[in-house]
Formats: sequence, structure tokens, C-alpha cells
Amino acid sequence: MLFEVDVEKKIGDFSLQVAFDLSEKRCGIFGPSGSGKSTLMHILAGLLKPDKGKIILDGVPLFDQANKINLSPQERRIGVVFQHAHLFPHMNVRRNLLYGWRRTPIQERRSTPETIIKVLNLEHLMERGVNSLSGGERQRVALGRTVLSCPRLILMDEPLTGLDQDLKFQIIPYLRNVLDQFEIPLLFISHSLQEIRLMTDEVLVFEKGRLQQRLAVEDLARRRLVSGSRGYANLLHLPSPQAHGDLWSYRWGGTELILVDPGGGGDNLFELGARDITLFKQHPVATSARNLLPCRVSDVFGDGNRIGVELACNGGHLISQIVPESVRELDIRKGTEVVAVIKASAFRRLY
Amino acid sequence: MLSLTPQDIEAIALSVKVATAATLLSLPFGFAAAYLLVFTRIPGRAVLEGVVNLPLVLPPVVVGYLLLLLFGQSGVLGPVVHFLDIRIIFTLKGAVIASAVVGFPLLVRSIRIGMEGIDDQYIQAARTLGAQWWDILSTIIFPLCGRAILAGMTLMFARSLGEFGATIILAGNIPGITQTIPLAIYEYTNTPGGDGMALSLCLVSIGLSFVVLLISEATARSFRKR
Repeated sequence: MLFEVDVEKKIGDFSLQVAFDLSEKRCGIFGPSGSGKSTLMHILAGLLKPDKGKIILDGVPLFDQANKINLSPQERRIGVVFQHAHLFPHMNVRRNLLYGWRRTPIQERRSTPETIIKVLNLEHLMERGVNSLSGGERQRVALGRTVLSCPRLILMDEPLTGLDQDLKFQIIPYLRNVLDQFEIPLLFISHSLQEIRLMTDEVLVFEKGRLQQRLAVEDLARRRLVSGSRGYANLLHLPSPQAHGDLWSYRWGGTELILVDPGGGGDNLFELGARDITLFKQHPVATSARNLLPCRVSDVFGDGNRIGVELACNGGHLISQIVPESVRELDIRKGTEVVAVIKASAFRRLY
Repeated sequence: MLSLTPQDIEAIALSVKVATAATLLSLPFGFAAAYLLVFTRIPGRAVLEGVVNLPLVLPPVVVGYLLLLLFGQSGVLGPVVHFLDIRIIFTLKGAVIASAVVGFPLLVRSIRIGMEGIDDQYIQAARTLGAQWWDILSTIIFPLCGRAILAGMTLMFARSLGEFGATIILAGNIPGITQTIPLAIYEYTNTPGGDGMALSLCLVSIGLSFVVLLISEATARSFRKR
């Protein structure tokens, strides 16, 4: 996919002026409310006409002010998953799901309703009215509806905002699954760094209608360790665990992690706060923490009173956040050997 | 006691016929007018809005007189009417047209309120799913304002049952041809000793209106259930 965007739009006092080219399969648009994310999404989908500029998807102009081209949303074939699902209230789940599918020319159809229904686990909901669905179910139906319209690109406008934490993490694997399986490029709009990290690889950072930065998601997360108040969260994909006394042992790279959480079968995603990793110069004699990982410092970043330390631990990487005084005392620099100490209860399971 | 003459029964049948015809004939135009007013930005929208609403504020007699001027032999549409060889003045057609024009704003207003209540985001969602405007009209807008359409039809039907001013001017008060319930009541009240007969027709009128309301309520309820 190659998506070239260069548009300007003025709405009252607000002006949006952005230009970017995208080739990544999964890209995030990140920024606070009012930064122009939703306006941009409406422009890309064809629901709002820009004042000038052009939008080109894989060589096909969707909007080109100079040549007076402005394809309607139905001609653009760009799918949108809205924040509030917008399921048609007078139709049941089945009719909602098939709305776009029935309007897609046969030669353009890439997925089948049966597969989508299965991937999104909607079998038991098909005949239900949409008003009786839970928030998570509604978003799954909305996602299925959009994927079934076989779009060339999917825009998601804060699809997880408004869902509670548990639901959010229940849906993310579905989202990723569907997009992987049907190879649909994604533009994911959110003001949550966590969602952006879970869903995308590259991110465009917006502020006040302008594109501020464009960087890898991981870099954005590390920068926020330094500037943000929330700190950095390590995301660890761990396979099914084995019992270890009354705790659980997970394989992670070439080592084992001991956790309190029993997890589930298959892939588990855990969050580990950078502040929950304590560094020791030498292996402590005894400690209540269950995880003692010998690591080598591979990077030190940040300034001020928050320092991020990247640790290479036998095949895996972790980031620990410490203060400058500790950096001096432990003589932390690239190549220093340290022991990372993590409590078994410090890991929080996302899904 | 309710006692009806054959002429009264004819008036009741005519009333129902006129109100039904006027409502059904107006429906497509009313829907189209509401759609234009709510979903499009055509030039002259304000004018259309004014024209649609005018019969609501004009005295029905004035509307009737304007229609008479319009459809009369020397009226603007006189030649057309003559060419098509149809008679409108002092016929059932005239009664239907009078009722249709007077009730039209009520129909449009109702449908319009229903259409304005449709969240624009449903329409946007449908567009991104590949639906054309006529497709959206039939699959989203029409079903979502079904109740409003029904309410508009009920209002218009009831208004047509009671139409008097415009009808008497355009269609006259000819028993068996254009005499509807209100016109018959009017005639009774002008006849010595006609009070009892007028009251009977009043009761019929109340009963009819009540039945219309009940039917409309029942249908609305079945809409809500879905």
C-alpha cells in the first residue's frame, strides 16, 4: 500500500494542514483531543471535503483539488470503524454485518461472512438485535461489518475508547487477527499510547492540526518515559505457563519468568511497568522478589530526573526507569552488567 | 340515539374516501419534500419551505380560493385541466386536492422531525460501506423514520376528515358527490330541527378520529417492538 496525503482544511478557528506518505501496514495517528485526528479521518474517508490538496491511494487519486477529483465515500472503498460503532439500530447483527458485503462487487470480495463470523466469534449473536449487545460485542460487529465491505484500507477512529479495560484487551486480539488474516492496511487513530502500541508499528503524532513527529511506536513510548508522567510499560508476549509451586513459570527468551497470574492458553500479553524493575549491582543474597535476571545495559536514554535503561536479558529486552543518582551509584552505562529484580506480582495481564 | 340517513352514510363514506386518497397521494410528495429540506442543500430551499408551510398558516378558505383560481377555467392550470378533459371544481377530485393541500404541511413536518432525528453518523457509516444515496434512502432513512411517517399520515388523515373551508370553496357541498361529514354537519345546523342529526354525525366523527388514533398507536407499537 502507498498512501499519499497532502491536505488543508479550515473549520472555524481550527486549521488542519498535513502531508505524509504511508507505506507501513499498520500506522497510528496519535494526539490529544482537538488535534485534528478525527477531522483527518473524515477527510480521508470522503465524509469531509478538504479545502485543498490531494489524497492518493496506490496511485489512484481519491481527492485532487487541482484536477477537480473528489471521490465519494462509497467510491473510495476505505472502511471506517467509528468510536461508537454506529450499528444500524433497525437491523439485527446479521443484516448489519452483511450491509457492506452485499454492496461489494463479487470480484472485489476477499473474505467470506463465515470466516469473519468465526474469527470475531459472533455465531451466537447473529439473530440478535443490536440494541441488546454489549459495548465489546457492538465493536466486534462494527469491525466485521467494515472488514466484510472489503476495503482497501481501514480507518479506526478511537474504536476502543469508551470500552472498559477488560473489554478493550478482549477485542485487541480480534482486531489484530482479522487484519493479519485479510491483509488490510490499518490507520489507527487514538489518544491512548497503550492502544497505539498494541495495534501499530509506526505513528504520526498530531498536535493542533499539524503533524509534529513521525516515528516508530517504540520510540514514541520511550520518549514519553522521559516527558510523560505515566512512565513506560514493557509489553511481554508470553506463551502458556507451567505451574511452579503456587506461582506460574513462563518461558521468555532464554530465561524463565515467575508470575502470580496463571494466564491463559496460547499467547498472553503482560504489561510490566518500567518503575517496577529494580536494578542491583550484584546478585542479592536473598530477596522477596521472585525474578532475578542477570542483564547487560544496552542503552541509556533520557535526561532530567527520569532515566530509561534498556536491558538485554538473555534474548529479551526490558526497560527500567531509574533516577540519575542511581545511574551514578551503580555506574550504569552501555555494557554494565546488572541484575534486574522483578516481583512476581508486578506483571499485569492485558490479554 | 344514533340514527343515520342514507345521505349521512354517503357523507361518511365520502369523508373516508377523500381522507384516504389525499393522504396516500400526498405521501410520496411529502416524503420527497421532507428529504429535500433535511438532507440536501438545494438552492431555493427557503422558498420551498415557505410554500410547503403556507397552507398551515393561511385560512383554509383562502387556500380554497387560491386553488379555485388555479384550477378554474381561466386559471393558470385551466388549459391543462381542460386539455386533459378532467373536471376538478365541484367534484370529488376537488375535495381530494383541497384536503391534500391543507394537510400537506402536517405530513411534511412530521416526516421532517423524524428525518432530523436520524443520527447523521448512520448515514456516514452506510456511505463508507458503499451505499449510494438512493440505497441509503431506502435502507436507512425510510425505515428509521417509519414512525414519523406514520404519525404524519395519521395527522393528515385526521385533518382531511375535518377539512371544511378549502373543500366547500373548491368542491362545493353537493350531497353524494362532495358532501363530507363536516359539510353535512354544516348543512344540518342550517336546517331547522337538524340539531339531532348534526349531533349524530358529530358522534360518528369523534368515533372515526378515535379509531384512527387507535390504529396509529397500535402500528407505532409494533414498530417499536422490532
